[in-house]
Amino acid sequence: MTDVQIQNLTLNFGPQHPAAHGVLRLVLEMDGEVVERADPHIGLLHRGTEKLIEHKTYVQAIPYFDRLDYVSPMAQEHAFVLAAERLLELDIPPRAQYLRVLFDEITRVLNHALQVGAQALDLGATTPFLWLFEEREKLMGFYEAASGARLHAAYYRVGGVHRDLPPGLTDEILAWADGFETILADVEELLNENRIFRQRTVDIGVVTAKDALAWGFTGPMIRGSGIAWDLRRAQPYEVYADLDFKVPVGTNGDCFDRYLLRLEEMRQSVGLIRQCVARLPAGPVLAGNPRIRPPARGDMKHSMEALIAHFKLFTEGVRVPEGEVYAAVEAPKGEFGVYLVADGGSRPYRCHIRAPGFAHLQGLDAMVRGHQLADVVACIASLDIVFGEVDR
Amino acid sequence: MSEFSEGSDPGGAHAALLSAVQRDFPTARGQSRFGDDELQVAAPDIARVLTYLRDEPGLRFAQLVDLCAVDYPERPNRFEVVYQLLSVVHNRRVRVKVAVPEDAPVPSVVEVFPAANWYEREVWDLFGIAFDGHPDLRRILTDYGFQGHPLRRDFPLSGKVEVRYDDGLKRVVYEPVHLPQAFREFDFESPWEGAPPAAPEDPEHD
Repeated sequence: MTDVQIQNLTLNFGPQHPAAHGVLRLVLEMDGEVVERADPHIGLLHRGTEKLIEHKTYVQAIPYFDRLDYVSPMAQEHAFVLAAERLLELDIPPRAQYLRVLFDEITRVLNHALQVGAQALDLGATTPFLWLFEEREKLMGFYEAASGARLHAAYYRVGGVHRDLPPGLTDEILAWADGFETILADVEELLNENRIFRQRTVDIGVVTAKDALAWGFTGPMIRGSGIAWDLRRAQPYEVYADLDFKVPVGTNGDCFDRYLLRLEEMRQSVGLIRQCVARLPAGPVLAGNPRIRPPARGDMKHSMEALIAHFKLFTEGVRVPEGEVYAAVEAPKGEFGVYLVADGGSRPYRCHIRAPGFAHLQGLDAMVRGHQLADVVACIASLDIVFGEVDR
Repeated sequence: MSEFSEGSDPGGAHAALLSAVQRDFPTARGQSRFGDDELQVAAPDIARVLTYLRDEPGLRFAQLVDLCAVDYPERPNRFEVVYQLLSVVHNRRVRVKVAVPEDAPVPSVVEVFPAANWYEREVWDLFGIAFDGHPDLRRILTDYGFQGHPLRRDFPLSGKVEVRYDDGLKRVVYEPVHLPQAFREFDFESPWEGAPPAAPEDPEHD
């Protein structure tokens, strides 16, 4: 008998692969069908967002946040404006707070609808993807009605939101909410007891609570492992403290639990959307502070001061007092944080973006070791990775 | 100011424990601004301080949420490495900062928090701060074979190289950046503060 030399196979997965959810290049060390090590190569979508923001005024920085995780744009603008508002010590009018929560929750449904649909699609089920994308279209219609853009909304402002909702939009949102729950029930009927879906997700990519903490997991990734940690509940911002919602928690920390959890979060979000619409108070949508708030168009026609104020606001921008602050929101994917260092000028001195996907993708190696190649796809889908935020 | 101090933290137990950190690590300095607690520690102590913060029963900062750096070129200790910790048990955050001069390595904390691995790679990539004891200190976000550390303040915004597809060579080529128009950076900041403009009273805002 001659000695047979067995060598591990190094497999290159991506960066152009439909199941890589973007431009993930994964170098897999395989022992047969079993993954021994996964080394994600990221940065293929790196655009230097943090560097660009250092050269922009605070208002100009907001649109960059839409382009990070392009599946949940408004939640990220929220973290940035919260950070700037804490440095400016601004009070936000109640209507703006409700509008922000309303659109944060619309964003959460927008994100989870994509995640659940894409996860099912990766595992071979086409129908939920199509159904949920139809709902996403409607939600992006609400985005457009409020902000003028379907995806890159740039709707939040330091001190509030850009403008008030057009008349009748809240009724459309309520009508959508009534129909959406049946869609969710339909999706559950297709997937929950589906043999293939269960075989591909149950006990796959198990994350223990200890690992979830050690790897810095947040959002559905930590809740799936049984830790009831939700910033909306634990460190409430805006009006979350007054609203009624439940924080779903998984038990096994596997891909199936995270799927169920995201479905339940969508239900809770629909409940929050209804509450926001019902309670939406009247009033201004931007803080009245004239250093923050642009003068009304009519004033600029006859008041020189208003014209100068407008000019200064949109050239020089808002001067933010010196200081540093870390503000985080519960974005659909997890904790999205902004570490903002201001030097007293009108541009951020440094703006570090804490993206949940970065930490989650880092944990992929630990998650997939010992799994088969096909399970890597299930794990990537369940991590809910979007490269705009991982690569920044 | 601190919205988290009520509820989970009766009697300021955390403030007492943070001062205990300062007792065990005499070089550490603590402060609280804009509602964030902050600890400044010496670079050689960082791994020990983070272990202490992670394991001390009254603190339990079990999660390293974020790690980044800030560049202050005019300071003798040019870089500040910033660690954001979160205690899920006590619902509390703390920020730990380390000031380091250029070309001085910072002890790696991968042993304390596995999550630090990629974050330290990112700081190495973007700022050029080396982490002593890091298992795998490769670049992470920039291109393969990239030169320089782009988030340093002295790195130009437009970068140093640009790429294009060369039809003759049938491949992508790297060339020094050529700007047809000189890079312009407008400084609109006026030296005077001016009187605050009269507040527009009507809620009709456009």
